[in-house]
Amino acid sequence: MDGTAEQPTQAEPPQITRRWDGDALFRTLVVLTGISVLIVLGAIITVMVTGGWKAFSTFGPGFFVTAIWNPVTQHFGAVAPVFGTLASSFLGLVIAVPLAFGTAFWLTALAPPAISSVIGMAVQLLAAVPSIIFGMWGFFVLVPVMAHYVQPTARHMFGHVPVLSALVSGAPFGTGLLTAGLVLAVMVVPSITAVMRDVFVSMPTVLRESAYGLGATRWEVMRQVVLPWSRQGVVGGIVLGMGRAMGETMAVTFVIGDSNHIGWSLFAPANTIASLIALEFPESPAGSLKLSSLMALGAILMAISFVTLWVSRILLARGEARAGKRS
Amino acid sequence: MTRPVFSQAAERPQRSSVLALRRKMIDKLATGMSWLAMLIVVFVLGSILWTLLKNGLPGLTLSLFTRSMGAPGTGGGLANAIVGSLLQTGLSILLGAPAGLLTGIFLAEYGADSKLARTVRFVSDMLLSAPSILIGLFIYMVLVEPFGHFSGFSGAAALSLMAMPIIVRTTEDMLRLVPVSMREAGIALGAAKWRVILFICVRAARGGIMTGVLLAIARVAGETAPLLFTSLGNSEWSLDMRRPMASLPVAIYQYAGSAYQDWMQQAWTGALLVTVGVLIINIVVRVGIRGGRT
Repeated sequence: MDGTAEQPTQAEPPQITRRWDGDALFRTLVVLTGISVLIVLGAIITVMVTGGWKAFSTFGPGFFVTAIWNPVTQHFGAVAPVFGTLASSFLGLVIAVPLAFGTAFWLTALAPPAISSVIGMAVQLLAAVPSIIFGMWGFFVLVPVMAHYVQPTARHMFGHVPVLSALVSGAPFGTGLLTAGLVLAVMVVPSITAVMRDVFVSMPTVLRESAYGLGATRWEVMRQVVLPWSRQGVVGGIVLGMGRAMGETMAVTFVIGDSNHIGWSLFAPANTIASLIALEFPESPAGSLKLSSLMALGAILMAISFVTLWVSRILLARGEARAGKRS
Repeated sequence: MTRPVFSQAAERPQRSSVLALRRKMIDKLATGMSWLAMLIVVFVLGSILWTLLKNGLPGLTLSLFTRSMGAPGTGGGLANAIVGSLLQTGLSILLGAPAGLLTGIFLAEYGADSKLARTVRFVSDMLLSAPSILIGLFIYMVLVEPFGHFSGFSGAAALSLMAMPIIVRTTEDMLRLVPVSMREAGIALGAAKWRVILFICVRAARGGIMTGVLLAIARVAGETAPLLFTSLGNSEWSLDMRRPMASLPVAIYQYAGSAYQDWMQQAWTGALLVTVGVLIINIVVRVGIRGGRT
């Protein structure tokens, strides 16, 4: 591409050298900036791993399988916060996916266009609200509701049922895994809805119309035409939401309850990797084993979130390739 | 799962068979659930905004903007946190926007589909969705620990790492929308490639690129996690970026967890300010995009 612009004017050497210099300089500049992005990510990974090295070498592989987090005895393990991260994100997704799917279905199939764009925008605005606001809302609005209504009711109803009683045991503090899951659900619903709406809309209209032409109801079109067609994109959007939920710090820190404990109870306080880092970091002096353990947890969180992003990209790219082929 | 036979119902619309009735009921049910889901989402959004307005508005006084943070009961404000947020967000955009712009140019104009460009694009997306607390931890290790103290600069650096990937993404997308004929016209006039890119393509795409910058501002202005370990927060008036610096989100975090009535009030008012600011930027951007397209 460069050559075609430069070659015809090679008869005038002085001007050309200067012009070519400008191009080479600019090219080098943008390539270097691009490479610097790679260096930043490389540096983040290096810093996390070397920072956590002390913990990895002190506890060995045991770091990954120990559920103890005890600053007094200087014994740290990753299992409790990893469990909290996965459990709260899983709960969040279980709540968020039906809501997002229902909203996306409503936006694409049921709503009048004018209202659809307004509600669609409102949902997108929800995605822009800073995460600390969700944390405050969760702590001051959701936690009292959980403590006064949801938890006592749940214990009253399921407290004596053999298996379910384990899920609802514990004091009704209002904070805990389920509350964190609810706040995370509210946070990831907008992004999952947006992805779902986009993949639903990207389906060729003729497919949708032929199904309607055969007399299918709106739900049948969604269930048997749109959903099978856009499955990969939908899953990609869900995985993307999961990545966001697992890395979320502020919203979770307010409502998770801060306890390094693993249990079946939905109402038990817990910790995620991100909330543990936010809460314990101020009490971790530089160079301490605790700080190193937090960095090691950071490395684990980074690995988890990169894997989920990678998976979601593959799924979304496949969905897009399919959209390109069919349309 | 039985697959409904569409033709049967269509042929006999008069005699609504059991199957047709069932299909209609299922459709009604799905429609109802969908309405319910939408209403829940809208209700939650309304609840968040209502809570913010109800708790935040009473604290919206002049002294909030004129006085610095103070001990409970002394009538402090949030002036230093507001200014700190503006300074750190501003500096982070000054650092992140040129880097993001150049990387976006690289991806759209030079890299195209090369292996390096695909890697950069993927890594930039990774940074975009990297947990923000890890960015804070990273900057702490590189910019805070070696220098021995927290600083506004390191806070801005952490925020710039969050702003950059957004600008990369929008710059690339917007440059790809610039018609090839404009580039060809520039090259035909004898302009060098870098001039064509900077003075034709970027200028043509400047509206979209500005959108990306605004969205980046909106995103980093509300971030708390990356600032906790970098600029730390500061209850005194300070414009020195080399020292710990207050910011609205961190001040909200400190105050919301306290037991003092006036601190709680300021936390809510601060939260209202941040949210309103972020939402206004988003609304302007979205309405602007729609206005520009049609």
